[in-house]
Amino acid sequence: MSANFRTAEDGRIDRSRPLGFRFDERSYQGFPGDTLASALLANGVHLVGRSFKYHRPRGILSAGADEPNALVAVRRDEARYTPNLRATQVELYQGLSAESQNRSPSLAFDIGAVNDRLSRFFPAGFYYKTFMWPRKAWERWYEPWIRAMAGLGRAPTLPDPDRYANRFAHCDVLVVGAGPAGLAAALSAAEAGARVILCDEQAEFGGSLLAESDATIEGKPAATWLAETVALLALKPRVTLLPRTTAFGYFAYNMVGLAERLTEHLAEPDPALPRERLWQVRAREVVLAAGAIERPLVFPGNDRPGVMLADATRTYLNRYGVKCGSRAVVVTAHDAAYRAALELHRAGVAIAAIADLRTAANGPLPEAARAAGLPVRPATTITGTGGRLRVTAASLAPLAAESDRRGAEPLTCDLVLMSGGFTPSVHLFSQSRGKLRFDGELAAYVPGHSVQQERSAGACRGVFGLAAALADGAAAGEAAARAAGFSAARARSFACHASGFGTGGIRSVLPNAHGAKAFVDFQNDVTADDLVLATREGFHSIEHVKRYTTTGMATDQGKTSNMNALGIVSEALGKPIPEIGLTTFRMPYTPVSFGILAGPSRDELFDPVRTTPIHDWATAHGAVFEDVGQWKRARYFPAPGEDMERAVARECRAVRQSTGIFDASTLGKIEVVGPDAVEFMNRIYVNAWSRLGAGRCRYGLVLREDGFIADDGVVGRLAENRFHVTTTTGGATRVLAQMEDYLQTEWPELEVWLTSVTEQWAVIAVQGPRSRAVLEGLVEGIDIASRAMPHMSVAEGRIRGVPTRLFRVSYTGELGFEVNVPADYGRAVWEEIFEAGQPHGITPYGTETMHVLRAEKGYIVVGQETDGTATPDDVGLTWAVGKTKPDFVGKRSLARPAMRAPGRKQLVGLLTEDPHFLLEEGAQILAAPNQKAPTKPLGHVTSSYRSATLGRTIALAMIAGGRDRMGEMLYVTTAERPVPAKVTSPVFYDPEGARLDAA
Amino acid sequence: MLLIVCPYCGERPEIEFSYGGEAHLVRPKDPASLGDAEWADYLYARSNPKGVHAERWRHTHGCARFFNALRDTLSDRFLATYRIGEQRPDLA
Ligand SMILES: [Zn+2]
Repeated sequence: MSANFRTAEDGRIDRSRPLGFRFDERSYQGFPGDTLASALLANGVHLVGRSFKYHRPRGILSAGADEPNALVAVRRDEARYTPNLRATQVELYQGLSAESQNRSPSLAFDIGAVNDRLSRFFPAGFYYKTFMWPRKAWERWYEPWIRAMAGLGRAPTLPDPDRYANRFAHCDVLVVGAGPAGLAAALSAAEAGARVILCDEQAEFGGSLLAESDATIEGKPAATWLAETVALLALKPRVTLLPRTTAFGYFAYNMVGLAERLTEHLAEPDPALPRERLWQVRAREVVLAAGAIERPLVFPGNDRPGVMLADATRTYLNRYGVKCGSRAVVVTAHDAAYRAALELHRAGVAIAAIADLRTAANGPLPEAARAAGLPVRPATTITGTGGRLRVTAASLAPLAAESDRRGAEPLTCDLVLMSGGFTPSVHLFSQSRGKLRFDGELAAYVPGHSVQQERSAGACRGVFGLAAALADGAAAGEAAARAAGFSAARARSFACHASGFGTGGIRSVLPNAHGAKAFVDFQNDVTADDLVLATREGFHSIEHVKRYTTTGMATDQGKTSNMNALGIVSEALGKPIPEIGLTTFRMPYTPVSFGILAGPSRDELFDPVRTTPIHDWATAHGAVFEDVGQWKRARYFPAPGEDMERAVARECRAVRQSTGIFDASTLGKIEVVGPDAVEFMNRIYVNAWSRLGAGRCRYGLVLREDGFIADDGVVGRLAENRFHVTTTTGGATRVLAQMEDYLQTEWPELEVWLTSVTEQWAVIAVQGPRSRAVLEGLVEGIDIASRAMPHMSVAEGRIRGVPTRLFRVSYTGELGFEVNVPADYGRAVWEEIFEAGQPHGITPYGTETMHVLRAEKGYIVVGQETDGTATPDDVGLTWAVGKTKPDFVGKRSLARPAMRAPGRKQLVGLLTEDPHFLLEEGAQILAAPNQKAPTKPLGHVTSSYRSATLGRTIALAMIAGGRDRMGEMLYVTTAERPVPAKVTSPVFYDPEGARLDAA
Repeated sequence: MLLIVCPYCGERPEIEFSYGGEAHLVRPKDPASLGDAEWADYLYARSNPKGVHAERWRHTHGCARFFNALRDTLSDRFLATYRIGEQRPDLA
């Protein structure tokens, strides 16, 4: 049975409703208002985890976001298993189930703790020093070992079933932190009429007020003033209050990211609620009231469970009604610890001694401690602690005899309070790119020069004490409202009575911290000695020391350790702290979930899906789809029992022998219109357009200005001033952007209008010797006889009453048409054509067959044969380039020597010696079968298919000097060995083009 | 996330825009008259300053227009935006 450390009364917990919870298979009881940490401490549990490197027993150090030790996993079910949560921030609910981490088999007995006894083999830079040699050992031994030992928690094994919301918001004044300074700021700004958002990471607003025992504000107890103030703010329609909301990142232009947790604290969350909500707040002005973090002291054994930050024990006592022990030794360099000692003493905790590291302890708080009969010992240090899983003793010694450990006097205790003063939380200020300034008196960095529209208030800028924080917050709120345009703003003033905050807290590293395990970074297990060793090994910049020792690199980003690390490095190098530098504060302030960042962008909402008007028909006819960019395209239409290979072979034969029907609606389409349309086309495309008559088409090629192929597609001239341009499926946006770029920025004098019509037209390709016969009876007002409508022509008319732009074009090498109809009629016209084609054996085919057919003809696919470094000549398209045009985009680049150098890769065909061997696309091509690596390949395979028509495999390839290698036998890499293949023309089928007119 | 003032639409969030590289690089009227080195310079050489940079942006998901901006590459703050064809503003 666990002990009960709960006080008889007080605190903000609801004692009328006990809550049951589990930690590591044991059941405990707590109350609403508890955190997991306070509930465990109330049950006398300090040991909550094992450390990362040495697996040392670790307890609860703090009461907030700065907690480095008490990382736990909370499990609702396997899909909702969340590792690495700070127990100090986990709100208790009925049935909560949590477990400790980094231990095996149990917290009390952990086999990894052997690392602790071997610790002299784990110095700073251990990883860099040890795992260098031999290389083979990496895979077999080092890496598995590091992975097993170094993991911090484990990830859930099931997908996250919860929903995460996302919201954009604007406000005049965003106040981060709802402690006294933040509340005062929000009041001032709200009363001036500003739209205010006030957020705080905790469940309750109040910050330090939640642990206030005796202060009064405006004549009321602090708790009463807090309740009234929050109620007052909640009534204001222009104020948004966000508890359980962490401001985790400060971005450019006063954009602050807030992570709101909506259901984490509930025993049975409403499934309709999102679990978390991301707020992207654009604020005119920001007030940072983030408070301060107490600094641990660095002394041997400072990581033993039961060694705690002094002010945290006050919080546990006053807010949660929990005594953290029954007999405490206090070690401090700051008056604040006296306040903790006094309050614990009043609650019945014995104070064995207050060791003050300062030579004199004379302020009002030390005097009050003396008056209460507490044993105050100035000029005294702590030389170590005793105990295994919990502190049982602390040794004190006069500072004068610090080198003489025999002078140490062990005091029995179950609690050690330490305080090295307070570090302002400048994380968000620093993220806003503001410049920090070192304050020698506080021995801390404080906000210096602001870069964005923000100001800090209260403890986060070194203004300590309740009265001062209220006044500072009110002034900041007023200034922020005024800067946001609310000129009537005035600062509220608050009559306040509170015990003084006191002073002190510069010396955090105790003189005997070396040569024994005195921890600086608890979470990453970095000791004072590690830091000194790093400086001896030549690491003098804090950025280097940080990376070498890993100090400050854990999930807490060194909230409790950074200033102490700076102090040690400064001492070791004999340089003042500002000269050591400061590591960068990065977002997030505390870890945020992947879920909240992904928001609704998962599964089917991850990326938009584009479908064609014929998509549902294809689905109904059993199409197998493939993703092409955001498009879903029918890849093949398997008949019952067919695999892809057999389906594609059948579809290919159908197109070559009778007729196929293909959905080409995804083709990019741009209408280029205007008096200067032809001039514009001449400048954008390599082709000459002036002499292309209306009603004719041409294969168009676009280069980038550097001379490399950007895109291609058939262009029809509908009229003198109107072109119907097609692009590749993936290139539509890029081509339109390039056209707009030149039109808007280089040639604004041209009268041309560009309109994307990709989704306005459905495109139905009807290809094969029977295609004309299929369409003949359907078209109205167009003579599709060969003489009237030759290959590469376009005509406007109707098909079954629907207006159409009918192209006679072929991407298959067969007689073919592409029927363009308004998208809304696409499905209907497709079905009419399919019906009319039945007597001819019309066969729907997909992209795979389209690819095989075009490869048989040696037609390139931009992005498959080309890779952004291919010129028109490289892929055999010199014929397309208008020879007499003075200029077009990319022309000058084609004349550069490198673009005409011999030995460039050229498009060729490849036929394997074994006609059934299918090469792999991307495979490298070698001159000889037994070339030793490393070797420079001659080129690579770009396309490779089984051709049913040719009864063998075919491939296209880009090969250096390829056109001069016709008939050569080269070797293509495979997983086993290079296989021989002969270089051929890239046109495998009907090189004369006779089939374009075969009917 | 940056806030960018489109000269046609006003202040809009960064996600509506795409970046277009350095501004005021005028395509030569007669590229054929340029030597290889001069043409390579036009194609590839960029000023890449630490400080004020004149650059092109396009309000892709808005009015779709290109415009120019002066941005301080050190602070990542926009100092001015202006229409294509307008003079680079004098910040002094
Ligand atoms: Zn715009």
